[in-house]
Amino acid sequence: MRHLMNPLDFSVCELDTLFDLANDIERNPKKYAHACDGKILATCFYEPSTRTRLSFESAMTRLGGRVIGFADQNSSSAAKGESVSDTIRVISCYADICAMRHPKEGAPMVASEKSGIPVINAGDGGHYHPTQTLTDLLTIRSLRGRLDHFTIGLCGDLKFGRTVHSLISALVRYPGIRFLFISPDELRVPDYITEMLKEKGIPYEEVISLEEVMPQLDLLYMTRVQKERFFNEEDYVRLKDFYILDPAKMELAKEDMLVLHPLPRVNEISVEVDDDPRAAYFKQAQYGVYVRMALILTLLELV
Amino acid sequence: MLNVGKIEEGFVLDHIQAGQSLSIYEHLQLDKLDCTVAIIKNARSEKMGKKDILKVECDIDMLDLDVLAFINHNITVNVIKNGEIVEKKELVLPQQIKNVIKCHNPRCITSIEQELPHIFILADPEKEVYRCKYCEEKYHNGTKL
Repeated sequence: MRHLMNPLDFSVCELDTLFDLANDIERNPKKYAHACDGKILATCFYEPSTRTRLSFESAMTRLGGRVIGFADQNSSSAAKGESVSDTIRVISCYADICAMRHPKEGAPMVASEKSGIPVINAGDGGHYHPTQTLTDLLTIRSLRGRLDHFTIGLCGDLKFGRTVHSLISALVRYPGIRFLFISPDELRVPDYITEMLKEKGIPYEEVISLEEVMPQLDLLYMTRVQKERFFNEEDYVRLKDFYILDPAKMELAKEDMLVLHPLPRVNEISVEVDDDPRAAYFKQAQYGVYVRMALILTLLELV
Repeated sequence: MLNVGKIEEGFVLDHIQAGQSLSIYEHLQLDKLDCTVAIIKNARSEKMGKKDILKVECDIDMLDLDVLAFINHNITVNVIKNGEIVEKKELVLPQQIKNVIKCHNPRCITSIEQELPHIFILADPEKEVYRCKYCEEKYHNGTKL
C-alpha cells in the first residue's frame, strides 16, 4: 500500500505516468466516471481549507465514489482528545482512502504508519502540500508540453511559502531549469534552498524588481503574502502590496509566458490580468482536480 | 581507592565524560537487563581528569551500542571475552535514534501526540546532524539548528 506524504515520493517516471493519466481523464472524463464506484474517500481536515477539501471531494465524486469526513478539528473526535493514530485506525474501517490536512507537521505521516488505507497528505502545517505541487507540475506540463528547460520566476513570499519550496524541490529534478527569485529582502527564499541549488549546480538569481526580469521568464509563479505568517501587522501591511502583477507588467513578458498562482489571491494579481491568455491560475485549479483524480486511482490501484 | 573486579564477558565503556554514566545507563536500557552492571563515577583519568566507567557483564550480542556514538563518540568500548579485551569497538553514528533526544518544534505532531516516539534520522554524518522523522527539523547534539 502506498501513501503520498511528500511531492518527491514519486519518481520523475512515476509522475509522468500520473500526469498522463490526469491528461487522459481531462480528455475522456466519461471513461472514468464510474472508476471509483463503491469506493469512499475520507477527508479528514483538522483545519479549515475549503479549496483543497472541495478539490478532493470533486475529484472523488467525478470518479463515481463517495466522500465522508470532517472540515475542522472542532467537529472531529480530536476535540475530545483522540490521537491521529487512533482516528486513522477508525477511519480505515469506514473508507478506502483518506486525504488528511492537519496543522501539525508530520501528522499525516503518523496516520500513514497506523493506517489500513492509503493516506494523502493534504497539507501539514508549513511543511508539505504535495497535491499542490502535483497540480503545479501538471499545469505546466499540460500547457507547455514539458517540465524541463524553463526560466521560472517565483515572486512574493518566498520565505514562508511552502508551495514555492515544494515546487523548487520538485523542479530541480528536471534538466535546464533556471530560477529567478523575486522578493523583498524580508521574504527571501531560505538558505537551505539556495544551498541545495548551489550543491546541485542549478542556476538561480535573487532580485527585487519584477519588471527587470519579466522579459526573461517562461513561467511566473506568483504567491500571496500570508497575513498569518507575520507577528507584526505593520510588516504585513508594508509587504502585502510589494508586488502587484498588472497589464503593464504583463506587456513586458514573453507572449507565451504562463502566470501561475496557488490561490487564493488577494491583490497580488490585478483582476485585469485574468482575461490575458497567459493567466493560467484558474486552469490550475481545474488541473488540481484532474491530478487528484489520477492520484486517487493510482493509490487505490484501480489503473 | 575503590576496586571493581574484572568481568568475564561483556563490555567496559571507558572514557565516559564524568557525570554522563547514568544517562548512558538509561539510554542503553540497562535497567531492563538481568545482568551485573558497575557504574564508576569520577574515576581519576590522566587524559580527562575525571571520567565515568560502565562495566556490563552480559552476552555481547545483547546490547545495541550504536546510540553511544550519538551521545559521545569519544567513549571507548572494550569488548570482553574470557576476562580479556578481544576488541575495541569503533563507534558509528546510528542511522536512526529513538527517544534519545526530543523534538522541540511546537509545530511538530510529536508536541501533541504524547505516545509518539521521538525518532530522528541521520541527515549529515559529517556534521552529526539528525532530522526529526515527522517535521524534518534538524538537530545537532540535541539542539535545534
